[in-house]
Amino acid sequence: MDNLLLMMAPLFSSKLLLVLFFGTLFGLILGVLPGLGPTTGGALILPFTMTLDPLSAIVLLTSIYCAGTYGGAITAILINTPGTPAAAATCLDGYPLAQKGEAGRALGMATVSSTVGGIFSVIILVFFAPLLAKLAYEFGQPEYFALAIFGLTMLASIGDGSPIKNLIAGAFGILISTIGKDFMTSIDRFTYGINELSEGIGFIPVVVGLFAISEMLTQSTLLDQVFKRVALKAVKLPSLKDYKLTWKTILRSSGIGSFIGVLPAEGGTVASLIGYSEAKRFSKNPEEFGKGSIEGIAGAEAANNAATGGAMVPTLALGIPGSATTAVILTGLIIHGVRPGPDLFREQPEFLYGIFGAMLIANILFFIFGFFGAKIFARITLVPNKILWPMIFAVSVCGTYSLSQSIIDVWIMLLFGVIGFFMRRYGFSVVPVIIGLILGELVEGTLRQSLVIFDGNWLMFLTRPIALTFFILSLIALAFPLLRSKKRKKIL
Amino acid sequence: MKNVRKQKRANKSLPFFFKDEFKVSFIIIFISTILLITTFSFDIVPPILNRGIQPATFPKGLLVLIISLTLIVYYLSFKKPWKIEKKLPKTFYLTLTSFLLFVLISKTLDFFLAISVLSIFVSYYWGERRIFHLLLVSIIFPIIVFVFFETILGLRFPPGIITNIYYQV
Repeated sequence: MDNLLLMMAPLFSSKLLLVLFFGTLFGLILGVLPGLGPTTGGALILPFTMTLDPLSAIVLLTSIYCAGTYGGAITAILINTPGTPAAAATCLDGYPLAQKGEAGRALGMATVSSTVGGIFSVIILVFFAPLLAKLAYEFGQPEYFALAIFGLTMLASIGDGSPIKNLIAGAFGILISTIGKDFMTSIDRFTYGINELSEGIGFIPVVVGLFAISEMLTQSTLLDQVFKRVALKAVKLPSLKDYKLTWKTILRSSGIGSFIGVLPAEGGTVASLIGYSEAKRFSKNPEEFGKGSIEGIAGAEAANNAATGGAMVPTLALGIPGSATTAVILTGLIIHGVRPGPDLFREQPEFLYGIFGAMLIANILFFIFGFFGAKIFARITLVPNKILWPMIFAVSVCGTYSLSQSIIDVWIMLLFGVIGFFMRRYGFSVVPVIIGLILGELVEGTLRQSLVIFDGNWLMFLTRPIALTFFILSLIALAFPLLRSKKRKKIL
Repeated sequence: MKNVRKQKRANKSLPFFFKDEFKVSFIIIFISTILLITTFSFDIVPPILNRGIQPATFPKGLLVLIISLTLIVYYLSFKKPWKIEKKLPKTFYLTLTSFLLFVLISKTLDFFLAISVLSIFVSYYWGERRIFHLLLVSIIFPIIVFVFFETILGLRFPPGIITNIYYQV
């Protein structure tokens, strides 16, 4: 009961409610705009959060995360372009259904299933995160090292790209984290005499560069692309027949999404693809999938929104990001002086329950906004890129500069923009770079401390049961993409 | 699907050094090798201060891993060639040039001016011809962003010909 009251704390604070309101609204706008999304938006908004207290800042970021994940469905259904990568599976049935003149029905189902998935995942978060945090009390340096390795091997299965390319990108991210003074011995690494590099490369310039600036370059190659927009009259709540047809799918996908979200480094994109394929597998009408199946929309949308709460579990309980956006949220926590992990659950439960409550309310808010405002949000896609992207550039530059007031950071952002563009062009996902960068210090620090404990004997890692379990899971994680690609070929 | 197959066939007929998979793998391995050589110049910590491993060991391991994985990617591309990417359009190179222009102007003249020049340059070459819209993206919006960051976040922008005037006023 006390926990429930703590969760509802945001409702009793007008400031937090306002932050939630704007966060959800902003998240929806970001989700609707193809190329942006909650990760880029979160990174762009991070400097602004410095004016807020830690809880308001994280509430803002999490509401952007929840609403942005849902917002991608609006564009997926109306213009056949996923607003966020997590909405890619929604295109498969959302757009064909919209073309049949049932855009309102498709959006209604996406809104309801996203909300159910999101709320389901918050419940999972409330119960599962404290348990995981309790378990983490048993972790020493070797266990944390093994856990971080497990998180990194999970990168192999991100998205549709080659697992090996994902691992290269992850290793590149860790390599970036080694730039600057070695945090244990203060020895310069890869600084080449440039003083500004001694402090290392910041997270924000890399994220904004890899996501926003590389997307700007991508958009510069797509200027002749014309979107065919399906007209939308109004969003319709699903009929009783639709509910009967989809309730099992929504619950199944909510469970799948929450589980996939909990796995380190996985996120909404993987969750929605698996949610969609499982919906097809269990459906009585699998032949309708790809032609406007309402079950397909429900399966994909419930799963990708369920991944939001799931991804927050390892982020808050262990400090290991569950997805690219939670990596941004993790950075937000760190720059506000909040260190995620088991101690956070013991020392600041009200802070955590505030986040849980905010996510719950954000899910309800985006349901209301989506239901009544989808038509308006869909119009945002009409803002021409030739106006939108120069504006995003101005915000990116000022936001990146503002954190350390360093022009070098802005140049680093541009450099990573170019690197990100070419990475994406040649099939390397940029998400592993971000997660590698976040986990880099943890991996190296725990490895070195473990070796001190083990007196340099690497084999001692295998004598720790929890560490050994994570290493075995890492091997399974490396094999998973091969199994998944075989299964997907069979189903899709 | 047919297009992808066609592209793959076209890719197979190119000499190996023109193929994307070779160029990309070569660049990654070349840069990683240079960085790997650099790691040998890192200072060595005396054993008493050493925490587990030398500071150079971890990056060395990572670079070896990147090189090995890249070789595997290149090897696998023999069996499954990459599809040929479309030639990059002029607008891409112009956008890239605008970044260089931004760096040059922000270093020598003014940060605000650099944002304005880039915005008008990009917007114009991406097809915007309406004067008001060009003014909106190049002057009005950057001013709003500047003032917002300056007043709300208390940010001090680097000195320059325009920024100095703003701070004097």
